[in-house]
Amino acid sequence: MSQIDDDRLVTDAEVEEGATDFSALPVPAELVADSLPAYARAWFARLRAGETGKLPVLVGLLIIAVIFQTLNSKFLTAGNLVNLLVQGAVYMLLAMAEVYVLLLGEIDLSAGFVAGIGGVVCAELVKTDTGWPWWAAVAAALGVCAVIGLFQGTIITRFGLPSFVVTLAGLLGFQGVMLRIIGTGGTLPIQDKVINDLANANLTATASWIVMAGIVAAFCAVTWLRDARRRKSGLVAPPASFTFVKIAAAIGAGVIVVLICNRDRGVLAPIRGVPWVILIVLGVLTAWTLVLGRTKLGRYIYAIGGNAEAARRAGVSLPGIRTIAFMLASFTAGIAGIIYASRLRSVSTNLDGGTLVLYAVAAAVIGGTSLFGGRGKPIDAVLGGIVIAAIDNGMGLQGFSAASKFIVTAIVLIAAVTIDSLARRGTTTRR
Amino acid sequence: MTTAGSTTDRADDRSRVEERPASAAPLLELRGITKRFGAVQALTDVDLVVPAGQVTALVGDNGAGKSVLIKCIAGIHHPDGGQIYWEGRPVHLRTPRDAAALGIETVYQDLALCDNLDIVQNMFLGREKTRYTLLDEENMELSARETLSSLSVTTVRSIRQPVASLSGGQRQAVAIARAVLWNSKLVIMDEPTAALGVAQTRMVLDLVRRLAQRGLGVIIISHNMNDVFEVADRIAILHLGHLVATGPISEFDRETVVDYMAFGRSERRKRNSEPTVAEQ
Repeated sequence: MSQIDDDRLVTDAEVEEGATDFSALPVPAELVADSLPAYARAWFARLRAGETGKLPVLVGLLIIAVIFQTLNSKFLTAGNLVNLLVQGAVYMLLAMAEVYVLLLGEIDLSAGFVAGIGGVVCAELVKTDTGWPWWAAVAAALGVCAVIGLFQGTIITRFGLPSFVVTLAGLLGFQGVMLRIIGTGGTLPIQDKVINDLANANLTATASWIVMAGIVAAFCAVTWLRDARRRKSGLVAPPASFTFVKIAAAIGAGVIVVLICNRDRGVLAPIRGVPWVILIVLGVLTAWTLVLGRTKLGRYIYAIGGNAEAARRAGVSLPGIRTIAFMLASFTAGIAGIIYASRLRSVSTNLDGGTLVLYAVAAAVIGGTSLFGGRGKPIDAVLGGIVIAAIDNGMGLQGFSAASKFIVTAIVLIAAVTIDSLARRGTTTRR
Repeated sequence: MTTAGSTTDRADDRSRVEERPASAAPLLELRGITKRFGAVQALTDVDLVVPAGQVTALVGDNGAGKSVLIKCIAGIHHPDGGQIYWEGRPVHLRTPRDAAALGIETVYQDLALCDNLDIVQNMFLGREKTRYTLLDEENMELSARETLSSLSVTTVRSIRQPVASLSGGQRQAVAIARAVLWNSKLVIMDEPTAALGVAQTRMVLDLVRRLAQRGLGVIIISHNMNDVFEVADRIAILHLGHLVATGPISEFDRETVVDYMAFGRSERRKRNSEPTVAEQ
């Protein structure tokens, strides 16, 4: 072997065995740290390597809050914050719908009007002359939406058509169907109390504390038990101190939300308590996080988004999983549509599903979901939805026109994807 | 290079195959495998024995039929003629799942890993363990760790890091570990060292040797003669769809192998017995 080869061997061996090589790679911080300071160091190393995680969207929210608060001192009042979350719920839910298809590297442009169909079906069925109970109407509406998703997903996968075109047809077609159902009146009012309460009613102050305590306790118990069990069996696990930090953060967040929501925010009569719709969003977030993170279906959705050919060779049924993802996306869009209808106490021909769906995609991407598939979580959609709602709400407070809102939202969207792309440039991650 | 001294006491492979006592049946045996694609005769009457516990190198020029042959073994292609025997029993491999059920795993050249998933998730992709319909991450992580350490794959920092952050050699190691995770008996590797540096090639070749020591049969396709002579126990040379020579690696040297690959015959083979397959 020549001298040159010998040199090369040594270099490669050092690279292979030396830990220094990996410090710059985006290894999740909790994997390599055994104490809290080590965790923080690993986290910063990861940040430098371009794995920014949730940081940009959280910093962005902070900046937005500071700007709007300086412009208008009403922005950070309890009443406005709760209002903002309720307004944002539709974006959050629709964005969670988009996450399912974005993870595959696909897109669903029809989600906005599928949501509209969900709202219309629900409104039609609870009308006094139809007289269905609210739960049956909700189930039927969600069922119709799921079938729509199944139908679109089947066309996309069986005929190998681009989802962009098929769901673009869906955007046009389901808008037509929605207008046809609403008919000449232009508005379909909802009288059912429960449906209207979904987006408009609040828990009582006491119930808010009890429910939030229950949710936080469940989260803490699951987190603690899982991490403790992993540490005990010697598996990859975060240090106990980090588990404490997570639990403390969850308790803090729960207390702050309830404190804000329990402040009287009424103008004429006192209004207080956590809105139902926050619990609905939390419920959908939990369910979809579980499906995507802890089931075979979720694992296969990520695998297809990462490398469809690898998933196929591993025995994953690509058409089946893709179709189910489109179905779950439309199902989630149906939930968003019912919440939308509930908040307005009606469905009207003014429902702009085109703008809604583009806002939803923007929300998912701002939150950190990749348009190329394989990366993203439901929590991204919720955080991105809050950003979109905050811009909408803050500019509305200032009396800006719809035109300015669109422009600012566009700038934030471009900023979000640019920051993500710049941060990742030069790292080993390929997307 | 190697010497032919040890070959005299070895029985001729073909005669041993003909007798084939049930106990000594080879892990995999191909007899008269023929495959056509339209007018193209991809494989003609290929006879090959793949014993357990040995590394069989499959070499040949481009278009010689190496890939078609391993795809026949992996259940992707169906031979037009001939018979495949698995541990002495005739088998029909209709799908890759049939092959996997027998214990045949293939490591493809492009590795087929998902960059966005971590090592454990990749190793169990398509065959996840579940408990109450939820993924049993702990069980999978323990099995993955056990397999990796049994193969002495210790250079990865954490088995929970995404595959995107691994070096080429580590990715190859993960792909190989995935293949042996399922108590497989035969691992087929397509150019496992093609894109690797010196040290990483070293690591992968060590890994290949370890598989054979564990009693697995290994078929390795390679263009690199250094690798072949370093790692293989046996060699099988394809030329234009014919298996032109096969036998223990000690009967060959580089020049002979290159002759066979290029011309389908060699005047220089060390053993004096007649060539394994008709060259006429």
